[in-house]
Amino acid sequence: MARLDDTNLATAKEIISRYPRIKSATIPLLHLAQEQDGYVATDAMEHIAELTNTTPAQVLGTCSFYEMFKREPVGKYLVNICTNISCQIMGGEELLHHAEESLGIKGGSTTADGLFTIEDVECIAACTEAPCLQINYRYFHKISNDQFDEVIADLRSGGRTDEIPPHGTLARIRQHIPADRAAGNADPAGIPEPIWLSAPATAPPEGEKA
Amino acid sequence: MAVTDAPKITSSRFDLADGHTIERYVATGGYQGLKAALAKSPSGVVDEVKSASLLGRGGAGFPAGVKWGFCPPGVFPRYLVVNGDESEPGTYKDRLLMEKDPHQLIEGVLIGCYAVGCSQAFLYVRGEMALAQERIAQALNDAYAAGHIGKNIYGTEFSVDIVLHWGAGAYIVGEETALIESLEGNRGMPRLKPPFFPAAKGLYLQPTIVNNVETLANLPWIMSNGAAAFAALGAENSKGTRIFAVSGHVKNPGVYEVEFGVTTFRDLLYAPVYGGGIRHDRELKAFIPGGASAPWLYPEHLDVPLEAATVGKLGTMLGSGAVVVFDEQTDMVKACHRLVRFFARESCGKCTPCREGTSWLEKILERIIDGLGRPEDLDLLLDICDNISVGMNWPPRQTTICPLGQSATSPIASAVMRFRDEFEAYLGGPAEITVQVKGPAFVGPYVHEEATADA
Repeated sequence: MARLDDTNLATAKEIISRYPRIKSATIPLLHLAQEQDGYVATDAMEHIAELTNTTPAQVLGTCSFYEMFKREPVGKYLVNICTNISCQIMGGEELLHHAEESLGIKGGSTTADGLFTIEDVECIAACTEAPCLQINYRYFHKISNDQFDEVIADLRSGGRTDEIPPHGTLARIRQHIPADRAAGNADPAGIPEPIWLSAPATAPPEGEKA
Repeated sequence: MAVTDAPKITSSRFDLADGHTIERYVATGGYQGLKAALAKSPSGVVDEVKSASLLGRGGAGFPAGVKWGFCPPGVFPRYLVVNGDESEPGTYKDRLLMEKDPHQLIEGVLIGCYAVGCSQAFLYVRGEMALAQERIAQALNDAYAAGHIGKNIYGTEFSVDIVLHWGAGAYIVGEETALIESLEGNRGMPRLKPPFFPAAKGLYLQPTIVNNVETLANLPWIMSNGAAAFAALGAENSKGTRIFAVSGHVKNPGVYEVEFGVTTFRDLLYAPVYGGGIRHDRELKAFIPGGASAPWLYPEHLDVPLEAATVGKLGTMLGSGAVVVFDEQTDMVKACHRLVRFFARESCGKCTPCREGTSWLEKILERIIDGLGRPEDLDLLLDICDNISVGMNWPPRQTTICPLGQSATSPIASAVMRFRDEFEAYLGGPAEITVQVKGPAFVGPYVHEEATADA
């Protein structure tokens, strides 16, 4: 696997067009590659280097810094259990141990059928809802061991696919800037003082106060 | 000092099922703040925000209007970057602001861009927050279609694009220069300040304002209701309202918007409308007042108001509004270890004191918990802390490019100085401490009159 396919290449080009410097698109394109294949393939990093006018080594350098990017396949469902402070004192570690026992794997590894990977993660900003976890970055708040087993059973039997897309898919809605409304990129080398800073707004909505 | 009836400024749509839609936003006063801003001059908007005394809500607590004024005159383009990389343990507010009220944030971004003269804005959302990314993408698409963003907004000369950008899992990217590195497509490692103060040399080395989500979410209300109405709320150095996430051992863990500066920790932990008391009616042992990086406070601090300067004098901070509550049965050695493990894992590796120090600290704590600790380990822990942040004072001294390393010293100095007996129980005997620790929160005792004299 795999360079970006034609559909994703079109998306990639749209993403790139929104940045004054195309290298800024590196992380969004790595997410796109991970959405396509479930992980970031070496070929995809080479493709991203071509698209962002960098080298594969630079793309790998960026990719390897960030925890969310997996450079090898992981389970279809990535189960991220928070054990940081608020979750720790509310049973997060016990939840992790239950998950490990129930799935028969240790944190950081994947079930033999390739369905589930467990990770022991840092705070995911649901501290008042501890213990909490994410499956493919979808939240489950105040989750008990029984509820955990229930969700896992549902996923095993092919359920909850509307709620939880496969690993790699984050937002299912993408930003699109309509051409006729776009203000345009602010080229770091070329934009003068914005006109509204030096001149008063031409058509203020509620009368000229300035 | 009480629960006040201050209006909800940033969380007013949290209880609405459709608060994230443009229809509901506009029907509840949305985009009126932007219109009010555009009726003023950009410098008039800056003055308004300055007189509101809006403190940054990300952690450092710097006045937002003053920060805006740091852009060098005549240097363009300027960028606005939204820090939506909420990752400080205990912190849970920006995700809600992005998921439940994305238009309020977008309106705040637009007001900021107009005031500062930013030609493009980047909204950096934490990678793990898929729903927030979806809600903001939809909100941006709807706001563009309705003419709130883009070219010649409302027929004025004001034009700006807002670009949604996601992170990919790195706490350090919440530090503003690391966030800029990440936005440029690089590993998220902080830049040296000076020269890379974002307001002077930020994104693409141009003047850049990096503001926290909650900070910007206050702007529509301030522009609609006026700085005077905002400054009428709160205390001398802490105006308006503020969102606090109360987690851990309280009966009602929750996210509460309270009047800043006058509400006390006791209100927040015990008032029925907030925390509701310690679970199972146990005793309070300690609490973290402002996220994992903050030195801890104790029962004797309950009557301290949630006021930035007052809490600062105690030797800690309100940080990111994250209050984590420990009851009497909490194992403070384990809590300390878990916090330090976080910093060790999240150190970016650029500076030696942090990269080496945090992982040493983690390993020493681990062996203490495993029953393999040595009598000299407490001194060793503090000695390493002293090498990361000399004297363990407040505000902390820094030996590194960013504050991550020194943050790891807070839970250690707090736990060792206050709960030394718990460490000694793990060690199986008394431990000598010779390293000097200076931070007031670590050495106490707390003097009530002194700390609240000017509240």
